Amino acid sequence: MKKATFVLTIILSAVVALSGCGYNTMQKQEEKVFKAWGDVEATLQRRADLIPNLVETVKGYASHERGTLEAVINARSKATSVKLSADDLSDPAAIQRLQQSQGELSSALSRLLVVVEQYPDLKANENFKDLQNQLEGTENRINVARQRYNEAAEEFNGSIRSFPNSLTNSLLLHLKRKEYIKADEAAKAAPKVKF
Amino acid sequence: MLQKPAMLRAMRVAGALALTLAVIVQAALALEVPPLRARVNDYAGMLSQGTVRQLDLLLKDLEQRESTQIVVLTVPSLEGDALEDFSLRVAEQWKIGHKGLDNGAILLISRADRKVRIEVGYGLEGRLTDLLAGRIIRGIIVPEFKAGRFDQGVLNGVQAMLDAVRGEFKAEDKRDSSGFSSRDLSNVIPFLLLFIFLVFSLGRVSRLLGTAAGGFFMPFLGHMAFSPGLGFLAALAGVGLVAGFILSVFAGLARGSGPLHYGRRPGGGYGGFPGGFSTGGGGFSGGGGGFGGGGASGSW
Repeated sequence: MKKATFVLTIILSAVVALSGCGYNTMQKQEEKVFKAWGDVEATLQRRADLIPNLVETVKGYASHERGTLEAVINARSKATSVKLSADDLSDPAAIQRLQQSQGELSSALSRLLVVVEQYPDLKANENFKDLQNQLEGTENRINVARQRYNEAAEEFNGSIRSFPNSLTNSLLLHLKRKEYIKADEAAKAAPKVKF
Repeated sequence: MLQKPAMLRAMRVAGALALTLAVIVQAALALEVPPLRARVNDYAGMLSQGTVRQLDLLLKDLEQRESTQIVVLTVPSLEGDALEDFSLRVAEQWKIGHKGLDNGAILLISRADRKVRIEVGYGLEGRLTDLLAGRIIRGIIVPEFKAGRFDQGVLNGVQAMLDAVRGEFKAEDKRDSSGFSSRDLSNVIPFLLLFIFLVFSLGRVSRLLGTAAGGFFMPFLGHMAFSPGLGFLAALAGVGLVAGFILSVFAGLARGSGPLHYGRRPGGGYGGFPGGFSTGGGGFSGGGGGFGGGGASGSW
């Protein structure tokens, strides 16, 4: 009886000691990365949802800018078709694919907004101004979500590499490093959305 | 709830440290976020005293009735910083709105840059949408600012923001904005049972072992239950030692042959933790609201 208690005690102590090795912490941090990623996806979706409305509004004033409008529509459908699962966050190629498709959408959008500059009637349209506000707000949210995702990923990546977490991870958890999302070059070079 | 003040204190210390670090890092990179002094922070000196008082009353009333926090900040210049970046830094540092509700909004004005931004917390994004924030800036604030009527522009703008968010939250909503919630408690109970079991069984072997186990396991389990700061862990170790000793005494009694020579129980001498918890003594502070970049910008 006494021996059984002692054995149980040792097992329980081992459980407790595990938590001291970051067993729980690392998993919590990974969850944070996933949550941050969810926010990134939500903001990207938000942008995609705005585009049909934007395209319709622009069409009303600048219907002969067909090429530019179509480029936006195509880039949107391409961007929305790239979906990442939680596992893909550790896959540089998958992240690269997503960044590329979203980057193309960003540059198609900014080309459209440059074209719009030539249509004062459109620019004065209240509906268009509303859309522009929404688009700006969404771009801003994407930036924030991306930044927060990178912070969460950085914390997680640092955590799984530092001792004693690294030991726990290599022995038990096998969690993989998460890729960062870089600000895409195309969007950086493109003129900023301004009214 | 003996640990509560200590925990809060530890959290505050950790928070202050993190904040200090963040401030140091940011100061080196970009425009510093000014301290939150009141609901209306007129660092650019654009508003008359009467307007400031009127705004303060309006916003205070809103918070008392609905817990929603709105603050105004004017700065002389962004010093080359991007408006949206600065605005988000202000939001992250001031934490306007209540934790869990995220019902805060900031009206930011930079005088030299002639730029306005409404930064909206997560909880208000449904009411004060980017679209509406944009309309408030474009249709209400900017025309007044263009005419040089800053007082009127800010007053009308804030009024429009108030109209937009009114009714979204109630004052009672903010009850679980700080401290332990029942969820935290239900987290703690299994760990507490485990603790009692561990210490009790070790205490049966020897009182010293039980005491040591108490001092050792209490911070460990505390860490598992809610990952507190280092200061709190140290406090838990103390509590654990005392609890471990008491439990060991009981364990010894349970064993039957309890050699209670000194027959005297320790404890009673907690001394308690200094309750150094102050809520800023009547001043104004944010409640931990979160922001995600919602809102709109404009210029005049």
